[in-house]
Amino acid sequence: MTSKRVTRRTLLAGAGVALGSGAVTGFPTIWAQNIKNVTLRQFGTGVSNLNAVADQVKKDLGFTLSMTALDSDAVTQKAVTQPKSYDVADIEYWICKKVFPTGTMQPMDVKRIKNFDKIVPIFTSGRLTPSSSIAQGTAPHTVGFVEKQDSKTFSTKQTGWMTLIPTIYNADTLGIRPDLVGRKITHWKDLVDPAFKGKASILNIPSIGIMDAAMVMESLGTLKYADKGNMTKAEIDKTIAFLIEAKKAGQFRAFWKSFDESVNLMASGEVIIQSMWSPAVAAVRSKGIPCVYQPLAEGYRAWGGGLGLARHLTGLQLDAAYEYINWYLSGWVGAYLNRQGYYSAVLETAKQHMSADEWGFWIEGKPAKADILSPDGKVMEKAGAVRDGGSFEQRMGAVACWNSVMTEDRYMVQKWNEFIAA
Amino acid sequence: MRLRACLPWIQAAPLALILGGFLLLPILVLIVVSFFDYDSVQILPGFVLTNYVDVLGSVTTWRIYGNTLRYTAIVWVLTTLLGFGVAYVLAFEIRDRAMQMVLFLVCTVPFLTSNIIRQISWIPFLGREGLLNQALLRLGVIDAPLEFLLFSDFAVILAYVHLYTLFMVTPVFNTMMRIDRRLIEAAVDNGANAWQVLTQVIIPLCKPGIAIGSIFVVTLTMGDFMTVRLMSGGQSASVGLMIANQISLLQYPAACAGAVVLLAAVLGMIAAILRIVDIRREL
Repeated sequence: MTSKRVTRRTLLAGAGVALGSGAVTGFPTIWAQNIKNVTLRQFGTGVSNLNAVADQVKKDLGFTLSMTALDSDAVTQKAVTQPKSYDVADIEYWICKKVFPTGTMQPMDVKRIKNFDKIVPIFTSGRLTPSSSIAQGTAPHTVGFVEKQDSKTFSTKQTGWMTLIPTIYNADTLGIRPDLVGRKITHWKDLVDPAFKGKASILNIPSIGIMDAAMVMESLGTLKYADKGNMTKAEIDKTIAFLIEAKKAGQFRAFWKSFDESVNLMASGEVIIQSMWSPAVAAVRSKGIPCVYQPLAEGYRAWGGGLGLARHLTGLQLDAAYEYINWYLSGWVGAYLNRQGYYSAVLETAKQHMSADEWGFWIEGKPAKADILSPDGKVMEKAGAVRDGGSFEQRMGAVACWNSVMTEDRYMVQKWNEFIAA
Repeated sequence: MRLRACLPWIQAAPLALILGGFLLLPILVLIVVSFFDYDSVQILPGFVLTNYVDVLGSVTTWRIYGNTLRYTAIVWVLTTLLGFGVAYVLAFEIRDRAMQMVLFLVCTVPFLTSNIIRQISWIPFLGREGLLNQALLRLGVIDAPLEFLLFSDFAVILAYVHLYTLFMVTPVFNTMMRIDRRLIEAAVDNGANAWQVLTQVIIPLCKPGIAIGSIFVVTLTMGDFMTVRLMSGGQSASVGLMIANQISLLQYPAACAGAVVLLAAVLGMIAAILRIVDIRREL
């Protein structure tokens, strides 16, 4: 405890120097020796809390980044209830909608983000291209900005203060076992096809599961939602009633909550069609079992995460955090994430760190010329393979809704419990 | 003299402090928070009864309690029968003291691994393509895989019994070892048959052990959420799972109200057990 206090004091003393030098150069890219003593504590979900990133930070920036990976429930709790226990929060946008208004985080000055202009416009204007439409749910741009440095409420339009710097996002759909389904899967409604009775699964995370159910309902044509990410009580009632009916008919084999559960269900053949996450599909395939991340006519349910700063960050630590975020967007991490099948916020810089073949496969949807390797060197796809769903524009351009948190959250959870208990 | 008077207090202080700080205080906080209000982001201090109205007024809660109680009753019966049987064999059939201890330790071996691992290991065994189904299929006993084996009430209860039987074996074995063998001899001398010895001598004398085991099994089953989730494949709900769902959405006051109700229910059950068997007198 004592030694910690001493370090903190020395840090604070050094902070003044660093700030001074920063004022001269605009961006404090070259710092005093004491930058090496900085430790940034980052926490978030497993997807982007990668040790490889921490190692590279140490190499490129010189300071220490310590990572804690938790599940998304625990992430939300920690962000709200233990604001002093972290410096950088790696959270999803729908979590941000819950967390930011509690005042435990501070927005970022976009003037200090070098590649801000190059961030994919989904996160700034909400539109992938100027002509594309805005998806339903908690679209990242709706919780991406606040008015002022000390605001806690979100701004409806783009401002100079960003709540999260986007890091990683993807478009989710159903995973299928092409060898066992025995026919073409084209729509979300195929999840409740009686042909797959006792062999389907949906994820048991209420806020996400209900959206998948809504995609199915719309696909069946039974209900048209004003906003799938923010249902009315009546819409929730109808959706849950539909789920209960399907459950009682024996449609579902199980409901999964964690990544490995979904992998095991699929790999073991207990389930042949289910809501799934992209790396889970890759994990099933890596066991030599065919699994397709099936693009569907109604589009994708997307999610995105970003880095946010804790309210208590000041001085040298705050500078280090900005430095880290700028580095994050500068390409190395982007390429790393893209190679895992996610998308990075600034594609332009990531491209410089990827081979033409990798870029063609992951982003442009072209057939792979050579084997496609994961960042740790394992073969993910053989030469000739084409990414499920195609190019970045095809996939992210077909997003129907974003992971979200509803106004009727409380009611929704009660009803979801009813579904599980039914 | 003053010190003398204080001594019992000082002696009791460490335990009192630990129980106060780590048991009473948290429960107190739990009760206080259960009356707070909340929205999707934060807890709003206040005094509202909505959490209790939500918990007690919803059909779902009652159905979930019904389900949890059903699991508890079935698991209690099975673990008691099994636990008593195992303890009986250990205490009365095995004559060699050393052998008794060795076999008792063998019972505890599975408990050296994690609780969750022991549950998960059932999944590949019971699954549709699992070991058991494949064996039965190859033997020609069945033509199609048995689906009820996994992700069903059967799987949940199997896992519970597997996990909790030892909690019944240990206290029952303990009380059986204390039974004065001369009592059994006396019963036999007076013409009692084996059944009468069991029901009129051994079982009454084992009551405290059974009661302690029951308390373990009942509280563990009532409060569980992991086993139900894993073994039912999320298809069944339990009270613990309902609370866990609320916590995950930061609905702490609702979760607290649920926890207080559960606490009251479990305490009520323990009180009932203790009313039937006076553990303190008989220990």
